[in-house]
Amino acid sequence: MNFDDTPEEAAFRSQVRAWIAANAPTHLEAELKQSSFGNMGLKSEDPITAAKAWQARKAEAGWACLHWPKEYGGRGATPIERVIWGQEEGAYGTLGGLFTIGHGMCGPTLMAWALEEHKRKLLPAMASGDEVWCQLFSEPAGGSDLAGLRTKAEPANDGSGDWIIQGQKIWTSGAQNSDYGILITRTDPNVPKHKGLTMFWLSMKSPGIEIRPIKQANGQSGFNEVFFNEVRIPDNQRLGAVGEGWKVSLTTLMNERLSIGSGMPTGFPELFDYCLNFQTEDGPAADDRMVRSRLAQFAVKASGLRFTGMRAISALSKGETPGPENSIGKLVAGASMQELAMFALDLQGQAGVISDPDQAEAAARFQAMLLRSPATRVEGGTDEILRNIIAERVLGLPGDIRVDKDVAFKDIPTSGR
Amino acid sequence: MNFDFSDEQKQLRDQVRRFLTDRCPTSAVRAILEGPEPYDRKLYQGLGEMGFLGAAIPEEYGGVGLGHLELCVIAEELGRVNAPVPVLSSIYQAAEALMIAGTDAQKAAWLPKLATGEAVGTLALGEGPGKVSETSVKAQVAGGKLTGVKLPVADGDSADLAIVAAREPQGVSLWLVDLAGPGVTRETLETIDPTRSQAKLSFDGAPAERLGEAGQGWRIVTDVLDRAAILLAFEQVGGADRALEMARDYALERMAFGRQIGSFQAVKHMLADMYVAATLARSNAYYGAWALSTGSAELPVAAATARVSATQAFQHCAKNNIQTHGGMGFTWAFDCHLFYRRANGLALALGSQSTWEDLLIERMRRRNDAPVAA
Repeated sequence: MNFDDTPEEAAFRSQVRAWIAANAPTHLEAELKQSSFGNMGLKSEDPITAAKAWQARKAEAGWACLHWPKEYGGRGATPIERVIWGQEEGAYGTLGGLFTIGHGMCGPTLMAWALEEHKRKLLPAMASGDEVWCQLFSEPAGGSDLAGLRTKAEPANDGSGDWIIQGQKIWTSGAQNSDYGILITRTDPNVPKHKGLTMFWLSMKSPGIEIRPIKQANGQSGFNEVFFNEVRIPDNQRLGAVGEGWKVSLTTLMNERLSIGSGMPTGFPELFDYCLNFQTEDGPAADDRMVRSRLAQFAVKASGLRFTGMRAISALSKGETPGPENSIGKLVAGASMQELAMFALDLQGQAGVISDPDQAEAAARFQAMLLRSPATRVEGGTDEILRNIIAERVLGLPGDIRVDKDVAFKDIPTSGR
Repeated sequence: MNFDFSDEQKQLRDQVRRFLTDRCPTSAVRAILEGPEPYDRKLYQGLGEMGFLGAAIPEEYGGVGLGHLELCVIAEELGRVNAPVPVLSSIYQAAEALMIAGTDAQKAAWLPKLATGEAVGTLALGEGPGKVSETSVKAQVAGGKLTGVKLPVADGDSADLAIVAAREPQGVSLWLVDLAGPGVTRETLETIDPTRSQAKLSFDGAPAERLGEAGQGWRIVTDVLDRAAILLAFEQVGGADRALEMARDYALERMAFGRQIGSFQAVKHMLADMYVAATLARSNAYYGAWALSTGSAELPVAAATARVSATQAFQHCAKNNIQTHGGMGFTWAFDCHLFYRRANGLALALGSQSTWEDLLIERMRRRNDAPVAA
C-alpha cells in the first residue's frame, strides 16, 4: 500500500511537470489559486481569452484532451496519465472550465455517433479550444426526469430531409460562449418517453436560437435558457438513429461520470484555516471543544473523499475500471459544503449576515458558499437521483415503479397540462 | 499509485473469511451473548493456530511476522462476524504495548503466548465515568505493589496479563500485572455488549513490573491507542459493511404494500446513506493502515481520522439496519442487535467519539504549526 508512482508514471509526471513549468501562464497562477469552489477568479485578463490561449498552447504541444485518440486532436493517453496531468496542471486546470462539457461529454458522444467527416472537422477544433461546445439536455419539464423532455424535432416539409426544432432548454452552462452544441429532442410523442428521442449536433449560431442568461438565487448568472424557434438542422447532423436518442445520451452521461480524481471541493480546508485564526472572546475558535467536534466531522468527510479518490486512481493505475463508489463525491461534498457554510456563519454571530467581501469575515467566502451550495446539491444529478443510483446500481435494489413506463409520451400527465 | 491491499493480502482476507464462516457463525456469537463463557476460547485458539493473532508479531517472539497491513485485513473480517474474542485488548493493545515498550525479557515472556492465544492480555486505563486521560489515573504503585481500581477493563475477567496505568513519583507509568497473582479481584460487568466482556479489576498490593520508562506511561498509551484505533477501525468497517449487507438483503426479501420494501425511496435512500458512510470510513481506514504500516509521521492524524469515521459509520449502519428490519429488527432472534451492541460498544472502547474528534483537530492543528522540512 503506497502513494508512489510506478516508474512509467513517474517518468510521465516529470515530463508533464517540465512542460508545464516552461509553458504555463505563470503570471496568472496567484490569481487562479484564489479561485473558490469551481469559479475562476480571473480579473486581470479576459477569462475566455486566457482559457483559449492556454488550451491552444497545450494543443500545439500535444497536451490537449489527453484521453482522446490522436487523430481527433488528443494524445491517446491512459486514464492514469490523464489523472497525473490533472494533478500537475493544478490551478491552471481551472482555465479549462470553459471546455469541460465539450471535452468530457460532447467530444466522446461525437466520437461514438457522428459521421467520420464531421469528427475530423469538429473534434480537433474542439480539442484546441478554437471552438467551444455546450450540451442542450435539461428542460423546464425534464430535469431529473430527463426523458420527459418536450423540445420537438420534426421533419421539414420541404423534402430537404432537414429537421425543424421547436422548444426550450434550460440550465445550459456556457451557451453564450459556445459555437456548437449537442441537443436531445423528441421526434415521436406517440411512443413511451424513452423511445421517441433523437440526438443532433448543431451550430449555436443557427438562425432561430435565442440565449438568455438565468439570474440565479445567489444573484449570479452561470447558466442559460436556450430557445429554439424553427431552428433547422441537416439530417447528417443526427447522432444515432431516429428514436435512439436515449441510448446516445447515455454515452454522454457515462462520460460525465468518468472524470475521476478531480475532487469535489468540500470547503473544509477553508473552514479549518478560518477556525484557527478567527478570534472569539475565549481565543481562537478552534480552542472550543464544540467547534473542534464539528470540524472533526467535516474533516473525516473531506478526508474520506480524498482517499476514496486515491483508491479510484489506484484502480486506474492497475488498468481496472474504478467502481461505483465514485458516485458519492458530489453527494457528500455538496451537503457538506452547505452545512459547513451555515456553521461558519454561526461562528461569526450576528455579523455572519454580512456578505460584502470588503466587510465580511474571510472575504465573505462562506456567505458565497452558503448561497451557491443549494445548486451543488441539484446540478448534474440531485442528491436524490444520486442516492437512487447508489441504491440501484451499487446495492442492487429495485428501480422505482414507473407509472409512465408503457404510456405514450403524449398521454403522460405533467404539471403543465 | 497503489493505495490498496496487495493480491497476497486479498488472498489472506479470503482465507480468514472462509475460516470465520466455518468457525464463527452467528450461533457462536450468541453462545457468548447468552452463556457464561467470557469469550469463544475454541475460536480464539483456532485464530492463534492459523497465525492470525500473531500476524504483526515478529517471528522471534512467536508471531508470524507478516505486518500490520495483514492484521488490518484480519481485523476487518473479525468485525464482519462480530467475533466474540479478545483481540482488541490482547492483540491490538497489549501486544502492541509490549512491542513498543517491552524489554526483550518482557516480550519473550508474553508475546509468544499472546500470539498463540494461549494467554490473553489487556490494557487497564479507566477508573470510572468520564474522559480517560493521564490526570484521571489515580491507581498507584509503591515498592512494586499496585493499589487501585480499574473499570471498565476489556476482557479483564478472563485476561492473564493486565498492562495497568498507575502513578509513581515520576508520574504515570505502565505496569505488567499477572492477574493470576495475589492482590487481584475481578468482577464481570454487565454491559451493552456481552460478546466483548468487560470487568472491574481491584488491585490491593498486586505485584507490578514496570513496562517502559518511569513517568512515560501516557506517551506509550497514546501510541498504543493510535495503533489500536486503526486496527479497530477495520473491525468497525467490517461490521458496518456486514450490517449494510443484512439491511440490503432484507430490503430485497421483505414484501409490504405488494412490493419489495427496497423499492421504496425512503428505504433506498437510507441504505444509500449507509453505503456512503461505510465507503468514507473504509477509505479513511486505508489511510490509517498506510500510516501504521509505513511508520509515517501522519500516524496520529490518520489514526484519529480512521477512528472518528469508522465509529460514525458502524453506528450509522448498525442502527439503520434495525430500522430497515422494522419490528423484526428489535427481536432477540434477529441478529441486528448483535451489530448494534457491538457498534456502540466499540464506539467507546478506546475513548469516546468526542474525545477522538477533539484529538483529530488538535493534531491537525499541530501538524499545521510544524515547520515544513527543508
